[in-house]
Amino acid sequence: MNLDSSLVISILVVAALLVAVLAIVLVRASGDKNKKVSAPVAQPKVSQAPAQATERPEVVPQAAPSQVTESEIPGTVESKQVPVDVPESMEGRKLKLRDRLGRSQGSLGQVFRQTFSGSTISDDAWQDLEDTLIMADLGVSAATGIVETLKEAVKKSGASTADALHEIAKTELIKLVDGGFDRTVHTDRHPDRPAVVLTVGVNGTGKTTTTGKLARMLSAQDKDVLLGAADTFRAAAAEQLTTWGDRVGVPVVRGAEGSDPASVAFESVAAGQEQEVDVVLIDTAGRLHTKQGLMDELGKVYRVAGKLGAVDEVLLVIDATTGQNGLTQAKVFSEVVPVTGVVLSKLDGTAKGGIIVAIQDALGVPVKLVGLGEGPDDLAPFDATDFVAGLLA
Amino acid sequence: MFASLSDRLSATFKQLRGKGRLTESDIDETVREIRIALLDADVALPVVREFCARIKERALGSEVSAALNPAQQIIKIVNEELIGILGGETRRLKLAKNPPTVILLAGLQGAGKTTLAGKLAAHLRTQGHQPMLVAADLQRPNAVDQLKIVGEQSNTVVFAPEPGNGVGDPVQVTRDAMKFAKDKLHDVVIVDTAGRLSIDSELMDQLAKVKAEAKPDETLLVIDAMTGQDAVNTAETFARDIGIDAVVLTKLDGDARGGAALSVATITGKPIMFASTGEKLTDFEVFHPDRMASRILDMGDLLTLIEQAEQTLDKDQTEKFAKKVKDGEDFTLTDFMLQMQQIRKMGSMTKMLGMLPGMAEMKKQIENVDEREIDRVEAIISSMTPAEREDPKLLNGSRRARIAKGSGMQVSDVNTLMDRFVVAQKMMKQMAKGGSVPGMPPMPGMPGMRPQQKKVQKPGKGAKKSGNPAKRAAQDSGIEYEAPSATLTEIPSAFRDFLK
Repeated sequence: MNLDSSLVISILVVAALLVAVLAIVLVRASGDKNKKVSAPVAQPKVSQAPAQATERPEVVPQAAPSQVTESEIPGTVESKQVPVDVPESMEGRKLKLRDRLGRSQGSLGQVFRQTFSGSTISDDAWQDLEDTLIMADLGVSAATGIVETLKEAVKKSGASTADALHEIAKTELIKLVDGGFDRTVHTDRHPDRPAVVLTVGVNGTGKTTTTGKLARMLSAQDKDVLLGAADTFRAAAAEQLTTWGDRVGVPVVRGAEGSDPASVAFESVAAGQEQEVDVVLIDTAGRLHTKQGLMDELGKVYRVAGKLGAVDEVLLVIDATTGQNGLTQAKVFSEVVPVTGVVLSKLDGTAKGGIIVAIQDALGVPVKLVGLGEGPDDLAPFDATDFVAGLLA
Repeated sequence: MFASLSDRLSATFKQLRGKGRLTESDIDETVREIRIALLDADVALPVVREFCARIKERALGSEVSAALNPAQQIIKIVNEELIGILGGETRRLKLAKNPPTVILLAGLQGAGKTTLAGKLAAHLRTQGHQPMLVAADLQRPNAVDQLKIVGEQSNTVVFAPEPGNGVGDPVQVTRDAMKFAKDKLHDVVIVDTAGRLSIDSELMDQLAKVKAEAKPDETLLVIDAMTGQDAVNTAETFARDIGIDAVVLTKLDGDARGGAALSVATITGKPIMFASTGEKLTDFEVFHPDRMASRILDMGDLLTLIEQAEQTLDKDQTEKFAKKVKDGEDFTLTDFMLQMQQIRKMGSMTKMLGMLPGMAEMKKQIENVDEREIDRVEAIISSMTPAEREDPKLLNGSRRARIAKGSGMQVSDVNTLMDRFVVAQKMMKQMAKGGSVPGMPPMPGMPGMRPQQKKVQKPGKGAKKSGNPAKRAAQDSGIEYEAPSATLTEIPSAFRDFLK
């Protein structure tokens, strides 16, 4: 116990007192409340049992992965090698990124054009720009910061033509979004083992879809890929990944629903090693970063997946529609597992995903990939220049 | 839920409190703070503008300047406006006069429609309905399978004639489903549709067709509580092109500030009907705008807390314990241990304490608590003999050394625990002596406790919290005294009413 212990105990005491108070309250209230409460409470019995079945075990079974019996993991599902259509090239993907961004995010570009249309910039125009950045989910402080930076740069440059101002602003924005990060997704096979990639994130951001698309992108680069369906919690998540695997012609390792995700992760890496594949992509269950038990589980998946070597990439999938909470998510996830990159998903909508600027800034974790839709090829490498070019198009 | 927003607002209001009169610049300052707080909470900019303009207008009006305590008045205004935006009255599901009642779920990808469909079905079953789920999400790989599993878990019939994965026509499925439901006498039909982007006109057309076919009594827009500024676009398009009757907010168990709720409610003018707060089928509740507004204003959410306690606490134990307190018996370590176990059953400490009024300020500290520390405290208590637990006075040096050894802790840890515990015991006694809990004046203040809390924290301040410890402690104490200020009377009185 460290110095915090007294704080912990204080809080416990408060909590205990709270329960005490509640107890008294309940007992007092039970007199008249009992009659009302007991009736509806009795009814739900029917649904109670199945509900409990779905309850996610907070405490992860401690079974060491090596002890996992064969029955738990039905083994590798070697997918039928149906000839699949050829995945799109990297160049094509980049073009698509530019195209999509230009289409969906015109408003920022418009404001930029408006702001920088004259030789001077009015305060109102700056305010409009700041508002637009805020509406792109950059957050108040980031937006203010950017506007200040741009103001400064414009002042320094002494530029007076609209084109020059536009250019300066663009350069500044690119600099800001780029940040000089290394954005390679490390998927090269090591001499003795496959590269291991883990996708993590909160519920519904598109982890499974991203994993499937990534598998397709990698196999387009002539890599042998193996998928691990370590989302053993959500109904039909493993099937969803298997469907992706079949589409791309990639084998999937899966466990029974409700089995230990860490053991599935381990089996996936082991199978990858045995079959000498280049990359093992492991899809994990969505979890809210506020659920300690589930975050612990994720930590375990990470540790166990790294037992036969190491995990090369931990990709955090962030939904472009996410607002300022994205930063909290990124912070908490990177406390539990060393996040090496961010995937910005669902950028094909009207959402602008500005939160990634704050995430990159705060955590130094670069955005590596961008998801652009539900199509199998709708995943592109992130490129700051393209991104900003798209914004300003 | 909205804790972070309430943090900010209460910080703003703290500056206001104590001022006898508000100048216009004070009001501007407050409104600016509210603006930033709302923006940081992901409330959409147009909504924030409108909201702030209304607050300012009312704040400048006579109701504030004439009020005894203008700061209080602003809090009241913000509260009222928040409740207004969040949907006014709590709204229930409208059931059709001629069954089946049809409920259509729509929203973006990953908002949580399929999961919600299961929860809704389970909820309706507990009310004696015979719901049926319709798998009209034929887009996402294995969405149909997921719905089937969800249906199994909730014991509900799932109408899924098409395999999905891009095969089948959702409009046709819906048409057949309606016939099927009438034949089999299901009184509620829940249609789960594919997630779609508001700019995808093809899919939006399809949804409109599904709606025309289903003729739903309730079209629910499912929105992720973590959504940012884009919530406006989504809400606008769905409301305009499809037409919605109410909103469901999902993933409220996260710590997102949930500004999307405000945005969507403002833009659509439709109430938020349900809140989805977890992954279990039962993590589903009716949305209470008034409670949510109280929460935003750092007035806590005692009603929810009490409801939760009612569901989870062991009745026998609580009764025994309550009697004990009433009889003025000592609060022992055995009781303490039981309490802790009960608390754990109720979920995370953070979540629970967050619901207490005035606690938002402390939230950061509470969040820093490693739940494993609780294990350690339990270990210490478990290492005591039953006699020691009943009578802490027994604990001399050698006993303490033994306990430290037994629990793998230091003697100093045991000492800290015992010190705090003695304080707690005294507080318990006071509470009992007060005759009754209502005797604790404004309950949320828990006056006995908070100052203690502060005192207690001081020794622990040391190394780990960076910065200036003295300053921090001073700040904390300032906060602790201020937060439960008697001004926030609404919820306390609700609580007291509940006690009577």
